[in-house]
Amino acid sequence: MSGVPELTAPRKPRRLGVTERVTEHGLRVIVVRKPGVPLVEMRLRLPFASARATHPAHSALLSDAMLTGAGGFDRAGLAAAVQALGGDVSVGVDADRLLVAGNVLAANLRPLLNLLAAVLSDATYPDDEVCTERERLVEKLAIARSRAGVIAGEALAHRMWGQHPYARGLPQVDAVLASTPAQVRKLHLALVRPRRAVLVLVGDVSPSRVLDQVEAALAGWTGVAPVGRVPVLPESEPGRLLVLDRPGSVQSSMRMGAAALSRTDARYPALQLANLIFGGYFSSRWTENIREDKGYTYGPHSRIDHNVLGSTLMFDVEVATEVTAAALLETLYELGRIASLPVTKAEVDSARQYAIGSLALSTATQAGLASTLCALAAFGLGLDWVTGHPGRLAGVGVDEVSAAAAEFFAPARLTSVVVGDAQTITAPLSALVSVTTEP
Amino acid sequence: MGVPRQITLPSPTFDLTHHTLHNGLRVVVAPDRSAPVIGVAVLYDVGIRSEPEGRTGFAHLFEHLMFQGSANLDKLEHFRYVQSSGGTFNGSTHFDYTDYFEALPSNALERGLFLEADRMTSPRITEENLANQLEVVKNEIRVNVMNRPYGGFPWIVLPGVLFDTFANSHNGYGGFDDLERATVDDARDFFTRYYAPANAVLAVAGDLDVDQTIGLVEKHFGAIKKRRAPKRPSFGEAPLSAERRATHDDPHAPIPAVALGYRVPDPVGSLDEHLAHVLLAEALSEGDASRLQQRLVQRDQLVTDVAAYIGEFGDPFDERDPTALTITAHYPDAASLEAILRAIDEELARIAEDGLVAGELDRVRTRLVSMLLRSLDAVLSRTLNFAKFELIYGRAELIAELPARLAAVTEQSVRAAAAQLRPDRRAVLELIAGGTR
Repeated sequence: MSGVPELTAPRKPRRLGVTERVTEHGLRVIVVRKPGVPLVEMRLRLPFASARATHPAHSALLSDAMLTGAGGFDRAGLAAAVQALGGDVSVGVDADRLLVAGNVLAANLRPLLNLLAAVLSDATYPDDEVCTERERLVEKLAIARSRAGVIAGEALAHRMWGQHPYARGLPQVDAVLASTPAQVRKLHLALVRPRRAVLVLVGDVSPSRVLDQVEAALAGWTGVAPVGRVPVLPESEPGRLLVLDRPGSVQSSMRMGAAALSRTDARYPALQLANLIFGGYFSSRWTENIREDKGYTYGPHSRIDHNVLGSTLMFDVEVATEVTAAALLETLYELGRIASLPVTKAEVDSARQYAIGSLALSTATQAGLASTLCALAAFGLGLDWVTGHPGRLAGVGVDEVSAAAAEFFAPARLTSVVVGDAQTITAPLSALVSVTTEP
Repeated sequence: MGVPRQITLPSPTFDLTHHTLHNGLRVVVAPDRSAPVIGVAVLYDVGIRSEPEGRTGFAHLFEHLMFQGSANLDKLEHFRYVQSSGGTFNGSTHFDYTDYFEALPSNALERGLFLEADRMTSPRITEENLANQLEVVKNEIRVNVMNRPYGGFPWIVLPGVLFDTFANSHNGYGGFDDLERATVDDARDFFTRYYAPANAVLAVAGDLDVDQTIGLVEKHFGAIKKRRAPKRPSFGEAPLSAERRATHDDPHAPIPAVALGYRVPDPVGSLDEHLAHVLLAEALSEGDASRLQQRLVQRDQLVTDVAAYIGEFGDPFDERDPTALTITAHYPDAASLEAILRAIDEELARIAEDGLVAGELDRVRTRLVSMLLRSLDAVLSRTLNFAKFELIYGRAELIAELPARLAAVTEQSVRAAAAQLRPDRRAVLELIAGGTR
C-alpha cells in the first residue's frame, strides 16, 4: 500500500427530517429543513406524458413561454420580481414531466411562492411572446441538432423505441412552426394542475411554516390533469450497428443502449455496481482501457437512466475518427468480458464505496437533495430510499454483481449507433460487426 | 429615482484558519461539521498565461500528467484511491492557476492529503504517460472544440483579437503541433519551476478538526523540499484605443455568433471598480429583465440568446489583471451583425447617460449575492473558492465580505463602467457559420 493512509472510522451523517403534506387540491408537498446557506431550493414536478404527435412541440413551447406573463406582470416584470427576491425560476420538459425549478433567499420564499402561484394558475402566454419563443425554439433546435451527440442520441432513441413518445425527445421543426399560442394555453389548462404534482422544498426553512405558506399561496391553483395514456415501452431489437454520416467529423460519437432495472428492483444495487465497474466511473474497465491505456477518447461513460416507463442502460463515447473501429473492438471486448467472466471482489468493493460516497456527496447540498427527492418522488420513493441505499449496496455479493453484468451487459442485447465520417469509418467497422447506413 | 439606500444582503460566515509551512505552502482550513464530507484543493500559481512560446496548451497537458502516478503511486492508483474511498476528483487549468481537488467522506481526510502531497513531491512523468495523455488531450480538444458547433467559442479565439502579448492572446487549449512537440524534459522543467510548495495554496474544508488537520498537513506536506517560487511577471495590457475585428470559421455551427471583448480594470488592484463591472454585466444579460435580453431578444428579436460576463470562463474572480468583459450572442441572420452591435452600444450608452432605473441595481445585486451563496453550499465548491480567493486576492476571507462590498457599489460607478465600454475599446469576433441548417 506504499504508505497510503487507511480510512478512519466513518462519521454518520446527521439525520434529516422530511415533512410532507397533501394539499386540499391534491398537490404533494415535501419539505426538508437543511441549513447551510440561507436559501431554499424548489422543484415542482408535473406529470406531462402524452402520446399525441403534437405534444413534444406544444410542451417545449409551453416550457419556453411559461414565464412570459402572469399575475399582472409582463415578461420583464415577472423576471424582475423574481430577481429582486434573490431568486431564479426556470422551466424544463421531457417525455415524462414538466419541471419548474428555482431557488431563492430563504427569507423571500413566501413572495416567490406567490409568483409561482400566479404562473401556475394564470400564465397568460401572450401571442407575441409565444411567437418570439417559437422562432427561438427553431434556432435552438438547429443548434442542438448540429451536435453529433444529439444526432446520435435521437437516432438511438428512434431505434430502441420506434414510434413511442420516448423516441421523440426534441420536437420536430415543422411541428413547432405549426404550434399556436392558443394550443399552448390549452395544454397549460389541461396539464398544469396540482393533483399528482409534487413540490419539493429544501433549505434553511421551518417545514411547518413552509407547508402553511405553500397551502396559502397555492390555494387558488386547482384541478386535475387527465392521466396521459402512453403505451408501454416496446422491447428493443438490437439489429445492426447504424452508421450515420456526419462528413468531416474528427471524432465518431458512439451510443449504445438496452433496457435496465428500475431502482425498486431487488437486483438494482447489483446492476448499479456492475455499471460502475464497466464504465460508470473513472476507475472503470472501459475508461482504464480506451482512455488511460489506449488514448482513443477523452472519456467513455455508461449510466442507468430512470424514466417513468422504464430504466435504460446507456453507453456513450466520442473517439478519434481513425481509431473508431479499434475503439469498438475494445468496447466489445470489455462488454464480452464483463458479461462472460466474474468480476473481482476488489472491483465490487471499490464500486460500492464510490456509490455510497457519491450518493452522500450528491445529497449533501440543498440543490442536490431537492433534485434527488423530486426525481425519486416520481417513482414513489423518498428520503428513506437515500438513507437505506448504502445498506442495500453493502449487502450485494460479488456473485450478484457478476450475474447482473452477465444479464445486462451482453453485447448481443445492445442497440448501437455511430455518428461520424462514414466514408472513413464504415469499412473498418464492417470488419467487426454488421453495419447498416441511413441516408 | 428613489432615495439612495444601502440594502442589507445576507453574508456567509466562515471559520478560517491560516497556516504557512516552512517550505512556503500556504494552507487554509475551514471546519464545518454539518455533514461528514470534506474538500481538499491544491491551487498552483501557474496557468495558461505562463506557458512558454511554442508550447501552447502545455499548462493543461501538464495538469493531465499530474494524475499519472507519483512518488508512491503507480499509474491509475490516484483515481482508484480517491474513488474507492467514496470520493470524486478532478483538476482544471485556468489562465492564472491550475487546480487539483477531491471531495471525500471525512474519514478519508488523511488519504486525500497524502495523495496531493505525493504528487507535489514528484509526479511520475514518463514518455509512455506523456504519449498517452497527449492522445487524451487531443481527444478532449476534438470533443470540446473541433467536432462541436461553437466549440471553444469565444475563449480560445477572442483573446487573440483582444490582447497583444503571447501570454494573454494564445490558444490556451493548444495547437496540436505545439502539444506534439512537448517533451518529458519540458514537463520536468515546468514542474520544478512552477510546482514548488511556495507557489501553491492548499485549502481543506468540511468535517474536520482544525488542529488535527494542520498536524496532518505538516506530516504529509512538511517534508517536501523548499524551492523558490517563481516571480510572477505583470501581464497587464492597457485598454484598446481602436476597435479590432476578426472572423472565425466554424464548420459545424448552423447560425452565426459574435463575441465582443473589452479590457476591464484590474480585478485585484481595483476591486471596487471590478465589482461595478460585475454588476454591469449582470444588469446587461442576467434574466429576462436584463437590458440586452429585453432589447435584443424580446424587442428587436435580432438574437437567439445573449450573455455578458467577466472572466474568460465566466467567473469574475478567476483571473488577475488583465481580464475581459465579454458579450456573446447567437443570431439567425448573418446580415444583422451591425444592427446587433449598434443596439449593444445604445444600451451601454443608455446606462452611462441615463443610469439605472429604480430598483434595478438592488435586484441585480440581490440575485448576484444569492448565486454567490448558492455556489458555497457544496463542500468542494466552498473549498475551491477559499483556495482561489487566497491565491488570487491573498485573502480567503474576502468571499464573506463580497456581499457588503457589492452592496456598497454605487449606481454612479456602474454608469462609469458602462461609459468605458465604447466601440473603440472593443474587439469583435464574428463566427462564420459553416454548418448546414
